[in-house]
Amino acid sequence: MGGVTREKEAPRPADADRLRVNLCGTELDNPVIPASGTFGFGLEFAEIYDINILGTFSFKGTTREPRFGNPTPRIAECPAGMINAVGLQNPGVGQVIREELPRLKQVFHKPVMANVSGFSLEEYAETCALLDREPQVGWLEVNISCPNVHGGGMSFGTDPKQAAAVTRAVKAVTRKPVILKLSPNVTDIAEMALACEEAGADGISLINTLQGMRIDLKTRKPVLANLMGGVSGPCVFPVALRMVWQVCRAVRIPVIGMGGISSAEDVLEMMMAGATAVEVGAANLRDPLACRRIIEDLPAAMDRYGIRNIRELGGH
Amino acid sequence: MKQSLLWIEENIPLARDVFRMRLTGDVSGVERPGQFVNLRLEGRFLRRPISVFDRAEDGITLIYKAVGEGTRQLARMTEGEALDALTGLGNGYDLSRAGDSPLLLGGGVGVPPLYWLAKELRGAGKPVCAVLGFGSREDVFAEEEFRALGCDTRVTTVDGSYGRKGFVTDAMPESCSYFYTCGPEPMLRAVWAKTVSEGEFSLEERMGCGFGACMGCTVRTKSGPKRICKDGPVLRKEEILWEE
Repeated sequence: MGGVTREKEAPRPADADRLRVNLCGTELDNPVIPASGTFGFGLEFAEIYDINILGTFSFKGTTREPRFGNPTPRIAECPAGMINAVGLQNPGVGQVIREELPRLKQVFHKPVMANVSGFSLEEYAETCALLDREPQVGWLEVNISCPNVHGGGMSFGTDPKQAAAVTRAVKAVTRKPVILKLSPNVTDIAEMALACEEAGADGISLINTLQGMRIDLKTRKPVLANLMGGVSGPCVFPVALRMVWQVCRAVRIPVIGMGGISSAEDVLEMMMAGATAVEVGAANLRDPLACRRIIEDLPAAMDRYGIRNIRELGGH
Repeated sequence: MKQSLLWIEENIPLARDVFRMRLTGDVSGVERPGQFVNLRLEGRFLRRPISVFDRAEDGITLIYKAVGEGTRQLARMTEGEALDALTGLGNGYDLSRAGDSPLLLGGGVGVPPLYWLAKELRGAGKPVCAVLGFGSREDVFAEEEFRALGCDTRVTTVDGSYGRKGFVTDAMPESCSYFYTCGPEPMLRAVWAKTVSEGEFSLEERMGCGFGACMGCTVRTKSGPKRICKDGPVLRKEEILWEE
């Protein structure tokens, strides 16, 4: 379809070409990436649409050891969003490589983003070293920002020195692009991003969820067994956009913007703030076809705002 | 899983805070008794999971209790309105294990998923005993429907205002080939402790997505972590980790 369009005068590039972006040296067909923790390993979504239309996706946060996560209830609702305290439930990197990645490969044929969490520098490095050997892993997204685990995870995301240390530890064991996923639960987000960039990060993604809670009026007790959790959904979009803007003005490496994106217009707005690509999280849980709809809506939304190619927007 | 637009044909009160909603549309995704649908509601971020009471060629019937803001909003919807539904969610009951004298134990809004199951079991020519437990006389529903299927139908109320006074475990037969149950957790724990045969439990948890993606509803079982929405909601008795 591209050929016909290109032959016309003053050509409007084919939709496929208009959406392409480059993320740390790898071309994506479009900037839409389901966010870790909302897309599993892709299988549930592959039941209802061809997930190969995605730019890529970030698979379920993986740790060195298997983790059950927090007790239930793990989920609460809030206006225009939700709160989760899953607590990084995952089968551990060994089983992810043995069982999940072969299944993923059956339904997704592009490079995938591996999302990694840890509780020590050694653990981050060991998990990343194992995933580095997986040919389908195109990027390592290192989560230093999960608000729902106790005894580690979060402090890497709130102290720039620690964030830099994780970055160096992971960079030492992989040649794949390393993207640090930042927590919004800090005073100076730009300082965090800068520390990661100076330590060798190839990209930054943000924001992870904002800490929040709900109390049940009937029981007068917190809804979540973990008491607190991470807020996501459209309600966090303006906060996320502001932080992406600040980070994009502080670093030169590519930034993936996320936080409450649920429409093609949200994607454009996030990219106008400077993001190279976007991740879509909670929207997938409410509407499993959300990412397909966003990708399909993008060309018309770009037409409305006079955008020829999406990579013109922010990006690097 | 399928995503479909379903049309409300009927949404009427049945008992105290309990409503019956008949929906038509593409329900080809709804495969087995014990499965549920997840309904999107205007202005609510999370969908509301509701178990399927009955299935016909062209639609499904739901029976639900208006307990919170979301389900109260559902109760205010009227004939002709449309609902965005994810259908065919959850594993459902395993009918192949029923044996020759299956027992159904339902408590309150745990009763609905057992109706379609009873219909299937009766259709296969099995004698079915259904024990339906409620709080009080004004909470009782679906009794006639189970009787019309030819089930040995027994009703209990906690306050004794209708049927036999007590809990479902006070009215269940001494033995059965296999049991299927759904209801509030204290009831399920009592069933777990008092039944001698094998059986299946339909469990409930707060869900994020309802289709296995978010890990919001995972519980520990003897066969490892299970997502109630995808690996459940039905678990076999021997998988459940409750204390004796």
